[in-house]
Amino acid sequence: MTHNNWLYIAVMFAVTYAIRALPLVLVRGRIQNRFIRSFLYYVPYVTLSVMTFPAILEATASPLVGLAAMAVGVALAYAQCSLPAVAAACCGTVFVLEALFL
Amino acid sequence: MQHPYRSGLRDGIPVALGYFAVAVGLGLAAKQAGLSALQAGVASFCLNASAGEFAGFSLIAAGASYFQTALMTLIVNARYFLMSCALSQKLPPKLPLFHRLALGWDVTDEIFGLSAAVEGTLAPAYTYGIMTLALPGWSLGTVVGVVMGGVLPGRLVRALGVGLFGMFLAIVIPPTRRSRSLGGLVALSFAASYAVNRLPFLAGVETGVKTIALTLLLAGFAALLLPPPEGEAS
Repeated sequence: MTHNNWLYIAVMFAVTYAIRALPLVLVRGRIQNRFIRSFLYYVPYVTLSVMTFPAILEATASPLVGLAAMAVGVALAYAQCSLPAVAAACCGTVFVLEALFL
Repeated sequence: MQHPYRSGLRDGIPVALGYFAVAVGLGLAAKQAGLSALQAGVASFCLNASAGEFAGFSLIAAGASYFQTALMTLIVNARYFLMSCALSQKLPPKLPLFHRLALGWDVTDEIFGLSAAVEGTLAPAYTYGIMTLALPGWSLGTVVGVVMGGVLPGRLVRALGVGLFGMFLAIVIPPTRRSRSLGGLVALSFAASYAVNRLPFLAGVETGVKTIALTLLLAGFAALLLPPPEGEAS
């Protein structure tokens, strides 16, 4: 059986879009259940944290560079620097450290 | 106050740069799977999913069945279902269907994170501002990856890619100043994520599966044990 790339893309799109759009379309108004409200409030913090670490260590040429970028990011974010500034500082840390030591 | 669309454009700059860098790598995978630049660009514009697209392209490369591809897409992208549920609570209840369908186009880790971090109700224009830069960043990056993937220096691509993690930190860290329990939850999430990667018997767990499993577990744990989030008392 031969496969068509456009058909693959269409299949992936149908599944992905349904996953994303259905909750937005079907869940209207505030959910009343307190556990679910609380759970949904915590979702972004857990998801983004889980995706950041240790993945940041594997995204650079050496895990130490990733760790340094993480430390810089946490420190600046805690000091309430703006989002673009934190992101740029992490990029800069990686670029400079890799240029200097690797 | 700045218009939400303009704020979205401002916050969209690091998103778009990071996306561009990551998408170049994705374009290489698309090329290996036999996709044309046009196919890869359209796929990225419609799918907006890094892990989901990587997984999909590797299945295409392997000549997998359409059903298998659909199932894998469902598993790898299931976390977006949770994110959209959370995002639904940020929208004005009377928001028209059109906006809901449009916002659903680009619920990514980053755009969700930014949109969920907005104080109070989310103005869709803010998210559209981010999308205005993020969508082209992601799809053009993929096209560039297919056409000239090997040409950009790896050091530059890696540095830009780390910007996405910096953005995540800029979202999760500042609120921990106000809430100790939230700080504990973030630290616990880092530790649990690290543990899953390191424990030998969990080594084969796919990233998307890991993310959704830990989210269900830890956010559920937090909802049960931590004090209710601010503004939720009584």
